[in-house]
Amino acid sequence: MVDLHVVEQVTISALVVVGCFFLAVGTLGLLRLPNVYNRMHATSKPTTLGTATIFLAGFVQFGPGGAGLTSLVGIVFLFLTVPTGAHMIARAAQKIGVPFLGSVTWPTEHRDADPDSPATRPEGDDTPED
Amino acid sequence: MVDATTATVIDAALILVAALCLLCGYRVIRGPTVPDRVVGLDTIATNVIAIAMLVALKTDRGLFVTVSIVLAIIGFLSTVTVAKYITEGDIITRRQR
Repeated sequence: MVDLHVVEQVTISALVVVGCFFLAVGTLGLLRLPNVYNRMHATSKPTTLGTATIFLAGFVQFGPGGAGLTSLVGIVFLFLTVPTGAHMIARAAQKIGVPFLGSVTWPTEHRDADPDSPATRPEGDDTPED
Repeated sequence: MVDATTATVIDAALILVAALCLLCGYRVIRGPTVPDRVVGLDTIATNVIAIAMLVALKTDRGLFVTVSIVLAIIGFLSTVTVAKYITEGDIITRRQR
């Protein structure tokens, strides 16, 4: 018969190790990738996963009430806010003119086949495009 | 309370994540453009959330979980604010017609 306390401790340790692995991957990507967009790709996804895994370890530790429930709320909050923040920084970087790498283009330049799209209007039309 | 083995794992994780924060500081200082620095600061904020959660695990106090959520809120707000500041030159703007 396996003791439930041992299972809990092993689960917490494993979740903390996995979370630290993902945090390390995100930071390595931030240091090594060549462009601000690629760095954002590296930091937003693995760092969110790592922190969410450490939050899950907190849920295992504190149980399904009180602080454990707060941990689950923290996971949901991270998954909502981190992509939003990365999207805002990407838009800001494109607006101040950080160059893309290779053949990468901004997504609005691909909508030429769609005549109703606001991106294909003529240049004199001064609708704010965002 | 966590066992001695789990406490050792959490201590090693704390040291690792603190070192990762320092490495992100390299990108904040050397980043060629302003969005690079913002991305570095955002990563530091997420790492500090993880540190607060690890401290909650180590000390067995649920208070630090709330601390980590408040840090998440502050990090998100600061990221959005700096992104708007880079784009528009001001934080609270009205669109000029």
